[in-house]
Amino acid sequence: MTATADIRERRMRDIRPGRIIRWTILFIGGVLMVTPLLYMFSTSLKTPGQIYDLRLIPAAPTLANYVEVLSEGEFPRWFLNSSIVAIVVTASNLFFDSLVGYTLAKFRFRGRRLIFIAILSTLMIPTEMLVIPWYLMSAQFGWLDTYWGIMFPGMTTAFGTFLMKQFFETVPDDFLEAARIDGMNEFTIWWKIAMPLVTPALSALAIFTFLGNWTAFFWPLIVTTSKELYTLPIGLTSFAVEQAIRWEMIMTGAALATIPTLLVFLALQRYIVRGVMLAGLKG
Amino acid sequence: MATITLDKLTKRFGKTEVIHGIDLDVKDGEFVVFVGPSGCGKSTTLRMIAGLEEVSGGEIRIGGRVVNELDPKSRNIAMVFQNYAIYPHMTVRQNIGIGLYTSKLEKGEKARRVEEAARILGLDPYLDRRPAALSGGQRQRVAMGRAMVRDPVAFLFDEPLSNLDAQLRAQMRIEIKALHQRLGATIAYVTHDQVEAMTMADRIVVMRDGYILQQGRPMELYSNPVDVFTARFIGTPSMNVLPGRMEGGAPVAGAGGPILIGVRPQDLQVGRRAGEGGLTLSGPVTAVEPLGPETLVHFDVDGETVIGSAPGSEIPEVGSRIEAHAPDSVIHRFDAETEKALGPS
Ligand SMILES: Nc1ncnc2c1ncn2[C@@H]1O[C@H](COP(=O)(O)OP(=O)(O)OP(=O)(O)O)[C@@H](O)[C@H]1O
Ligand SMILES: [Mg+2]
Repeated sequence: MTATADIRERRMRDIRPGRIIRWTILFIGGVLMVTPLLYMFSTSLKTPGQIYDLRLIPAAPTLANYVEVLSEGEFPRWFLNSSIVAIVVTASNLFFDSLVGYTLAKFRFRGRRLIFIAILSTLMIPTEMLVIPWYLMSAQFGWLDTYWGIMFPGMTTAFGTFLMKQFFETVPDDFLEAARIDGMNEFTIWWKIAMPLVTPALSALAIFTFLGNWTAFFWPLIVTTSKELYTLPIGLTSFAVEQAIRWEMIMTGAALATIPTLLVFLALQRYIVRGVMLAGLKG
Repeated sequence: MATITLDKLTKRFGKTEVIHGIDLDVKDGEFVVFVGPSGCGKSTTLRMIAGLEEVSGGEIRIGGRVVNELDPKSRNIAMVFQNYAIYPHMTVRQNIGIGLYTSKLEKGEKARRVEEAARILGLDPYLDRRPAALSGGQRQRVAMGRAMVRDPVAFLFDEPLSNLDAQLRAQMRIEIKALHQRLGATIAYVTHDQVEAMTMADRIVVMRDGYILQQGRPMELYSNPVDVFTARFIGTPSMNVLPGRMEGGAPVAGAGGPILIGVRPQDLQVGRRAGEGGLTLSGPVTAVEPLGPETLVHFDVDGETVIGSAPGSEIPEVGSRIEAHAPDSVIHRFDAETEKALGPS
């Protein structure tokens, strides 16, 4: 009885003017963000005749657009390209950024600070400035118009290294020392002890890296020339030009491109929460 | 099991020397407890023995072999940390099994050893749990299990019980002691808690500012402390130490005297006048602590608080004037300048 009274009282307390205003603003923001997304999915389910009918739920939803996009043209190939690039680059970042971050966080050696500052300082150089050297380098090594050419600039990032270093610093040294006494070598300690303790950081890094590479436009556009090597963003742009007035097709392509990012986020978000609980344990 | 020998061991962090050439022989199967104030170098010494900290000078020998340059895993010692350092992402079984990480035993034998250790420590119902679902004492036992399965030549403990509550600490104290007897293990154990030191140690090593002040059996240190520091560190409540002088063979308290007079609260009997000689102190009571079997009486002697003891049934009133007496045989005398013990009078 007191419990329900308690809950009721708490609910009453929750409804305060400040809260109402805050929630209203957040709600409007949410609607603004979600509406285009909903229209994208909605339009992708419409026939050409329906697209100017602005109802959100199509009168006669159809998957015909999806069948057409996936069976004709280069769309599946671009999807595959983007998947390869995003997955390989993400895996590479998870491995190398955390290896470097761990070393910088947990070992004392000459030049450690200097290396860290050097890595950090690259964060201040905008991509636009790097594109020309990347291009010249790719041209010399014959990397133009290859998967490696698309991927190499992002295989490790200063941001990821910095993020992982900060997280590894929160791992108590006792864990590593206990493992050292139990006879693990340094690589195993990193892989088996330290890495599982920073899963929240790894999940966050995976999300950032995957999304960043999935949506990357500028560099893939420059480095690729043949259509078979286009990633989705480049492909979609050329697709949009080709299909100039077929909005339902363009929206179908965009919807297909969005799905993996949603999946990655939903899948990893869980680990961020769980990881935080693990790291809070310290025992 | 093995002996551990420290030979003129020193440690510097950068330019600061924190361990100033200490010598120590730990016998095979001996339980040695390091005590001393915070920052005196107990952990550093232990970590050097473990190989987690480089040796700046001198030698460490384990089982007669110089190990200065050996990495931790080649020393075959086990260490239990203050915050347990058991891995949150592994089950109890896996955590204990990590102790056998490098061992070449076959799988079945490893599993058998893990289960045996778990049984000894009363952990068998929890083998498949993760540390998050264990109490502090159970976690500490997992850490001990990880150390036990290995058959190390020595165990190192750095304040293993300081995160536990008093009751659990008393229980774990007995368990560690039992473990020592059962395994016949050589143990080096660091603690802040002088009760732990007194009850568990074969030998206590008192450290201060990177030196060893005194070492010996617990009762030796208790009855013959070499200086004021050790005298006050061992025994609870701490020994009363007052300035004073000798008059006709008997100690008399008084400010500005050339000696320091030490007497343990248990030896300073309130309200009892026991024969000639000895030390007599009197003053107003400032506080009483009835403990049951005895009552600790705090009273004021020339501005210094002195603790005496009375039988449990006697609880003097705060503010009342009392007299307390200690016989000659229990009086410690120290030089007022150097604080070193002056020996029997
Ligand atoms: N990594 C380090 N770098 C510099 N100085 C250190 C380092 N580790 C310890 N010290 C210093 O060495 C001295 C001894 O430290 P140590 O940790 O051994 O003390 P302790 O006796 O274990 O103290 P406590 O009882 O508080 O654990 C201290 O003065 C400490 O500041
Ligand atoms: Mg310490």
